[in-house]
Amino acid sequence: MSSLIIPAVLSGLMMGAVYALVALGLTLIYGVLHIINFAHGSLLMLALYAAYFLWYHLGIDPYLAIPIVLPVFFALGYALQRGLIAPMSSGSEQNVLLITLAVSMIVDNLALYFWTSNTRTADIAYAYDTVEVLGAFLPLGRVIAFCAALAVAPLLWCFMAYTRTGSAIRAVAIEKRGAELVGIDVNHTYAVCFGIGTACVALAACLLLPTFYITPQVGYTFVLVAFTTVVLGGMGSLPGALIAGLLLGVIESLCGLFLGESLGQIGIFLAFILILLFKPSGLLGRAR
Amino acid sequence: MTYKIDRRDLLKVSGAMVAGLAAPTILRAQTSTIKVGVIEPLTGNLAYNGTQSAAGAKFAAEAINAAGGIKSMGGRKIELVIVDAQSRPESAAAGVDTLVQAGACAFTGATASALGLASSQAAAKYNLAQVFSIGTAETVVSRGLPNVFRFTPGVNKCTSVALENLKLLNQGAGNVVKTAAIVHEDGPFGSNMAKILAEQLPKQGIEVVETISHPTPQRDFSNIALRVKASKADILIPSNYLNEYTLMARALNQQRVELKAIYSILGGAASNIKFVRENNEVAQYVMDCNHWYDPTKDESKALAAKVAEAKLDMTYDIMVSYATIQVIADALERGASDDRQKMIEALAASTFDKSIMPYGATKFVNGDNVNSQPVNTQIRGDKIELVFPKQYASAEAVFPIPAKK
Repeated sequence: MSSLIIPAVLSGLMMGAVYALVALGLTLIYGVLHIINFAHGSLLMLALYAAYFLWYHLGIDPYLAIPIVLPVFFALGYALQRGLIAPMSSGSEQNVLLITLAVSMIVDNLALYFWTSNTRTADIAYAYDTVEVLGAFLPLGRVIAFCAALAVAPLLWCFMAYTRTGSAIRAVAIEKRGAELVGIDVNHTYAVCFGIGTACVALAACLLLPTFYITPQVGYTFVLVAFTTVVLGGMGSLPGALIAGLLLGVIESLCGLFLGESLGQIGIFLAFILILLFKPSGLLGRAR
Repeated sequence: MTYKIDRRDLLKVSGAMVAGLAAPTILRAQTSTIKVGVIEPLTGNLAYNGTQSAAGAKFAAEAINAAGGIKSMGGRKIELVIVDAQSRPESAAAGVDTLVQAGACAFTGATASALGLASSQAAAKYNLAQVFSIGTAETVVSRGLPNVFRFTPGVNKCTSVALENLKLLNQGAGNVVKTAAIVHEDGPFGSNMAKILAEQLPKQGIEVVETISHPTPQRDFSNIALRVKASKADILIPSNYLNEYTLMARALNQQRVELKAIYSILGGAASNIKFVRENNEVAQYVMDCNHWYDPTKDESKALAAKVAEAKLDMTYDIMVSYATIQVIADALERGASDDRQKMIEALAASTFDKSIMPYGATKFVNGDNVNSQPVNTQIRGDKIELVFPKQYASAEAVFPIPAKK
């Protein structure tokens, strides 16, 4: 069993990067808009189908589809916030919760109706390729996702810290009325933030497609772990989401190895409970 | 002017009038259709299998009608009444009411045991026969309902035949398989199967060196593949569903796990042409013991052509559903009645031996067709070939699989 520890840690890191990628958009949306976006999993599923259909019908590689899928999902997220969530919620967080839940149910059922529950997998030429690291064979697709997560989280952080749009988003997050008073278009900023969060989940989908299957229920497979990642990393913290995602991946993998795969996921929720008990603001979250 | 009508004239006129009045009824009786129900999950999680099954039933009804309908009933045609079970037991049960209102004489369904258990229970109230397409859970036939007829084999028979076939294959290959790893989902299906395998494999001289359970969904199979590799098992016997099977097959390939065979029993993917198409490289030589038709029969070949023409995947759902409509049509033919009770009696006495399945003459004992059997399939190239038993085989079994270069 000891010879399996290093490969297990490495494959845990690879899986954790996927959790981090899915969680980045979620934490961004929560950190600024304080929206617990129940539709996040459904948007991941939609993006997976978009990338899949681009590959299946037009032969566009999922990685090359990123420049197409990302803007489309940014626009979708923007429109969802501006045209549906904002007008319908009337500023109430409970309403937002219910609206995103409703969006999730509608999107999932429409996907089931149009695309059926039929499982699809993209048989891409490099889907079985591996990279050998410390004697462990890591799927190439997961290694790419890992590198992407390491690059995207700091990039997003820099975007938030050093750009005018990022400053506007942070200003709205900290003091909405104050931001309005200095001339920031709050509704537009909210929608931009939701759009970026949705684009993040679209990126995660494009990176996930070569190594995973698609069904209308696939979003649920990741969204619960993504919520745990956000809480563990600290609500709204981008570096926190990255660290928490990687940590959860390793915890899950090692628990699976030593306790059995059926109990592996217990590790994730054990870590979740412990962090709520001893550091409720999360690893890198600010205490409120 | 007066007319005199004597007794003979009166009889003639009365006879003519009766014949005239009755003529439309007789004509209607000859041309009206026989309603046969189909309860399948056309929406929800099981929609793919349910839609395929419904298509299989349609192909069967078309073939029977094209061949002249039910001859003992004046060539009356079969009309299917298709009801959506919505992948929910309560909807499957409610669907029975729809069938009864439509005048169905019997029905087929319902892809999953949970759905079929609910529909047959509801149908028992109406004395309406259900011929199960798929219903592997043994509770399907152990409840003693007189309206239940399971045409295809249950899980116990599938497991025992699969193990027997494995023994024969292994013997034929010089007993190269000595150790096994079992990977199973941790629900009732996988856990029960793993328990039976752990008991039975040592009796065949195969030692179980690793048993790994996993939840559904399982997002990553890297560790499982590594554990199978470390166990140095000769054969892997998986019991899980399509999504997990797909990820597992990929992980085994990526971790370079060398096996002499992957041998599924009622495998979620190994008899699924979509799995073959979308994961062709890792799917090669995977063997399954499952429901499958006899590809050598003319009617099977005709069905395969129809399915291809309709641009559908040829799955066992289509095959078994087709066959159950054949069984119902045979019962109609012999019973010459679409009365519900007479249908139950005709089905109970069925000795039908012309279905597309590789079965002997149908014999229902307590509702279970004792002459049904699963067969072994193997993925070869872009096809699923029947490889065992040999009398139905469309290809020779490759066992053990060739070592990777």
